Amino acid sequence: MSSSVLLLALLALMAVAYYAGVKRAVSAAGGPAGIKHLHSLPGYYGFYAALWAGLPALLLLGLWASLQDNFVLSLVMAQMSPDLVSGLSDGQLSLLVSDIQNLARGNIVAGEVTPAIQAAAADYGRLQDLATLALWVLALASGLGGLTLAWLRIAPTLRARNRVEGVVRVILVVFSSIAILTTLGILLSVVFESLLFFQKVSVIEFFFGAEWSPQIALRKDQVGASGAFGAVPLFAGTLMVTLIAMLIAVPIGLMAAIYLSEYASSQVRSWAKPILEVLAGIPTVVYGFFAALTVAPLIRDLGEGLGLDVSSESALAAGLVMGIMIIPFVSSLSDDVINAVPQSMRDGSYALGATQSETMRRVIFPAALPGIVGGVLLAVSRAIGETMIVVMAAGMSANLTWNPLESVTTVTVQIVALLTGDQEFDSPKTLAAFALGLALFLVTLILNVIALHIVRKYREQYE
Amino acid sequence: MNKPFTPSSASNTGLSSTGPGGDTGPDKSERAGRRATIDIVNASLGRRYRAERRFRFIGMSAVVIGLAFVAILFADIIGKGYSAFQQTYIRLTVDFAAEVIDPEGTRDRAVLSDANYLKLARDALAARFPEVTQRADKQALFGLLSPGAPQQLREMVMADPGIIGTTREVWVLADDDADMFMKGRSTPIDIQRGAGLASLIPVEGGADDQIQVLSTANDFSDIMSDLDDFRTEDRVDATSPGAQEELTPEMPSHLVAINGGLVKVQQATSAAVIGTLIKPLATATDAQPGQWATMRFGTPENDRRLKDPVVAWIYDLGEAGDIEKRFNSLFFTQGASREPELAGIAGALMGSFYTLVLTLLLSFPVGVGAALYLEEFAPRNWLTDLIEVNINNLAAVPSIIFGLLGLAVFINFFGIPRSTPLVGALVLTFMTLPTIIIASRSALQSVPPSIREAALGVGASPLQTQFHHVLPLAIPGMLTGAILGMARALGETAPLLMIGMVAFIVDTPTGFLSPSTVLPVQIYLWADSPEVGFVERTSAAILVLLAFLAVMNLAAVLLRRKFERRW
Amino acid sequence: MNAIAEDITRMTGAMTADDLAPLRDFSGTVGDFTSPQARMVCRNVDVHYGDKHAIKNVSLDIGRNEVVAMIGPSGCGKSTFLRCLNRMNDTVPGCRVRGRITLDGQDIYDKQQDVVPLRAQVGMVFQKPNPFPKSIYENVAYGPRIHGLTNDKIELDALVETSLRKAGLWDEVKDRLQQPGTGLSGGQQQRLCIARTIAVSPEVILMDEPCSALDPIATARIEELIDELREQYSIAIVTHSMQQAARVSQRTAYFHLGDLVEVGETSQIFTNPSHKLTEDYITGRFG
Repeated sequence: MSSSVLLLALLALMAVAYYAGVKRAVSAAGGPAGIKHLHSLPGYYGFYAALWAGLPALLLLGLWASLQDNFVLSLVMAQMSPDLVSGLSDGQLSLLVSDIQNLARGNIVAGEVTPAIQAAAADYGRLQDLATLALWVLALASGLGGLTLAWLRIAPTLRARNRVEGVVRVILVVFSSIAILTTLGILLSVVFESLLFFQKVSVIEFFFGAEWSPQIALRKDQVGASGAFGAVPLFAGTLMVTLIAMLIAVPIGLMAAIYLSEYASSQVRSWAKPILEVLAGIPTVVYGFFAALTVAPLIRDLGEGLGLDVSSESALAAGLVMGIMIIPFVSSLSDDVINAVPQSMRDGSYALGATQSETMRRVIFPAALPGIVGGVLLAVSRAIGETMIVVMAAGMSANLTWNPLESVTTVTVQIVALLTGDQEFDSPKTLAAFALGLALFLVTLILNVIALHIVRKYREQYE
Repeated sequence: MNKPFTPSSASNTGLSSTGPGGDTGPDKSERAGRRATIDIVNASLGRRYRAERRFRFIGMSAVVIGLAFVAILFADIIGKGYSAFQQTYIRLTVDFAAEVIDPEGTRDRAVLSDANYLKLARDALAARFPEVTQRADKQALFGLLSPGAPQQLREMVMADPGIIGTTREVWVLADDDADMFMKGRSTPIDIQRGAGLASLIPVEGGADDQIQVLSTANDFSDIMSDLDDFRTEDRVDATSPGAQEELTPEMPSHLVAINGGLVKVQQATSAAVIGTLIKPLATATDAQPGQWATMRFGTPENDRRLKDPVVAWIYDLGEAGDIEKRFNSLFFTQGASREPELAGIAGALMGSFYTLVLTLLLSFPVGVGAALYLEEFAPRNWLTDLIEVNINNLAAVPSIIFGLLGLAVFINFFGIPRSTPLVGALVLTFMTLPTIIIASRSALQSVPPSIREAALGVGASPLQTQFHHVLPLAIPGMLTGAILGMARALGETAPLLMIGMVAFIVDTPTGFLSPSTVLPVQIYLWADSPEVGFVERTSAAILVLLAFLAVMNLAAVLLRRKFERRW
Repeated sequence: MNAIAEDITRMTGAMTADDLAPLRDFSGTVGDFTSPQARMVCRNVDVHYGDKHAIKNVSLDIGRNEVVAMIGPSGCGKSTFLRCLNRMNDTVPGCRVRGRITLDGQDIYDKQQDVVPLRAQVGMVFQKPNPFPKSIYENVAYGPRIHGLTNDKIELDALVETSLRKAGLWDEVKDRLQQPGTGLSGGQQQRLCIARTIAVSPEVILMDEPCSALDPIATARIEELIDELREQYSIAIVTHSMQQAARVSQRTAYFHLGDLVEVGETSQIFTNPSHKLTEDYITGRFG
């Protein structure tokens, strides 16, 4: 809470600095009449002062807020008597840390409160208070210092506008580099945790093992502590659900796009297209609910009627609903691609006496094929990464099967299963989720890069 | 068939065309060949138009199938969810007895708050059904009341302690089982009017509440056919047909409503049934055709949480107007709960609100700034190319990956508390940022260069040009993109599961740092709950979510229409 | 840009009172619009795009073994008229055609008349070369394939070769028939499109400014080709270039704002036009 108060205080200081800067500039120019002698408009001097007052302090605040907790904790742990800390597993250690934190914040504590923990908690609280106080002092000092500096520097010859614009440009550059930082952050986080995972489980077992049962013992001495981390059943399950989804989405989406762009009257198109697009706007959790509570029981009953043994969480149900979800994705991409084929191709074909469907099948479709393939690849990447439908409808059991009526599990389902619920962070179980995440990220990344490249090349061809 | 382009005629035409200064008119064989061409075309027309119609039909089917999916999806969810906007209440005459609530007479709020309101509610219900005396029956009867009912009484007393010692009529919350029955979701019910004259005969040697119902018409054939079905499924021993047979709880239940009472059928022949009175008769006279009825509850009693005697009590309450469905305001004011009838979406809505506000505050300025730089200032080099490719790829990265990012970086590295709108908003910001950047860039692209040239021409700096002239023109397009990005963020579930927003949180969040959940995650949690009552809540929550999304998308469309400009 | 769309925008957008002034003097086509050996006969043709009256009461014949050139300022409706002759206007929404157009005595706008055989008989070559994104061979084979004109691969090969020869392209492409047609030069592409049209052995070939996207050398090549093709086909050509009309055509029709102003022997039109508008156009007063 204290940091948000400080944030407000700094913003207030910036407002003050703005007015001070404007005033200072006007008086330095010899009153309102002399404004034309200033290099920049007075407002720029205001912004100049505000940036000096606020920016360093805000950066300090951001840095401090993100690092204070870890820093204080490491200090506290370093001060604790070694016999209390040594010999603890990582999990127990993190439990101890949260006990200390809870005690210091006056929350309910899970473990037993020993005097040592009490002392640590007091230590922790004291250090936190100290750190917060230091932050306040430093932030306000840098703010006021910046304000004074700006005050002193403001003169009619100061190129305030250029300075302010320079800062704004830097900020814009930082904003645009966030995209790269995000990718970097994703890569670093999944790669780092995956490396930890592959220290405990061999890469070969992970990518080629056929058994997946990430049982993890709560205590070291429990039986079956290691678990099996062969991800092949997950990959197979993901592939099967994706395949089913594509079998639904590609023909329907493609044919719907063709019909709407080539055959339907403009009235039909004007209402049918938005309605189909509605499917794209529905949150995936809704599809998951639909799959689990409506489609899966329906398929099971249907299967029973035909004398088939259908699992209540069949791959078919999840794949079917995922296919429905992807229909508008495929159809709007195909629509774009088909419309990008120049009218002259159609004219050329019609002028030879071809019917609409002949033109479509023999000229437009082959011409649009690269774009359509790109779109389908994007759809595949989306299906592979889709989470909620499979979490809710595809089940948890890692079956290695080709039967779509059985229950399968997917990469995303297992990531969710491994990471929801309370567990210590660096057990193989949680780390396995990151290894799966890495595999997922790489596969979808490759698909996306290829697909986007194909689509771009395709567009350039007709531009 | 006479084909025109035999090799000889082809070479013939070839010669005549390449031969310079040949005959001015086409020669005979070529004329014949051309005629034949049109014949071939005409002959194949039927086949080609059939193919055309087939293709067209396939295309139309695809559209129809797609539209049917939309219709089915909405029909299913609306059909499942509409009833959640109503909630069953039971009218009780509650005696706010002073000796139960506040025996000492202190009127101390702590005492009032701790009083045994459950007893008050139960006493009132027991008083309504004096004939229920058995302990097990009483337990079943009390099951009609929601755990929320005592809470309701407590709130009444806390609001006005003056009611202690008085007797009031109170509409209290019914339990979800009763609620489901009232909404017809517990079992399908078939009611058929009796066609014959029914007479009631006490069963000799049977218990007091046993009675036989005879009909002059074939009114019990349904029961017999159920018995037959059951027998053919080998679930009871085959007995000689026509014999009197026992109905079991594994079968659909049959009841006879006659003279104000309810008879639960236990044995049946085609002309008569013997059963237990689960609701007393008003009179024991014969009932005229049409004045009595048989009822069939399609779901076997064993598969139902609400047993037949409880159904009889509900009918009793219903006849007296003491049970009814009212608008379910609790759904919009309550947080999460394990009890379906007490569960609401208020907490999740507030969580979504805080998360989205923060997401917008973070992603919009950053997205617009990044778009501005990339579109207007950035030099074309490998770095900006990389950023460009990056943004396009990030837009297609599975959302769950952003959840992993949030978990590893924000929670574990920066120590931001999990389950909070703050960490949720950070994750959603990174997720929606590419969308907003792409939309903002295309909005900037649609501003014609002449505007920039004009501004630069009067001596504005590049930044002034952007901020004074280009941005104001591009901002509607950017806002449209932002709204669509927010709509996507509002419906997003998977990454939020990773960062602990799945926790069961009862309290409505009060800020960016209080543990909270969001609407789609609430839907996910409810969808997982075993109680039937949660199905309709989930569907209703989905309807609310879809309504919000519809409003946001509509706003984006209207915004686009209003500010759409042609240069 | 699509020639039709161009015509429409020019007609609707750029019409001013001055443009309309000559129209008030207009009193029917000057010259003989009939042909002794008429293959296509158009009588009183009117075309509307929505509210716009694009072609007004035009009558014109296209005879055997002749090239009819249609000239006129931009937006005069010559492309629109051309596209009526094989019903390419059917694909333009809101376009209505009235009047009578016959091919060998058969009304092509008759309800019984199917566009597929019509277009097989009346082929068309467009302003911009539009080869399909397929191989050279497949481009030419496309028409015969969809219509089922050949029985086997040998016949098809022969037909492709004949067509390419007729279009004067065979020697240039015979070694690379399987390469994409889009890889050819502009002039070659246009000749490929002509070969594609010939492959269906039409009776009439419509050409909509076939050289406007080509360089002078390619243009000369196409003009030669048109002259050769005249021996077998009736050809109607829309052109912006009066020189081209003079070079390739036997008869010339001058269109102005949807009216057919004057028709006549090409030599007569260019040396001794009867109508004032024609004369103004030919002498370069406007265009």
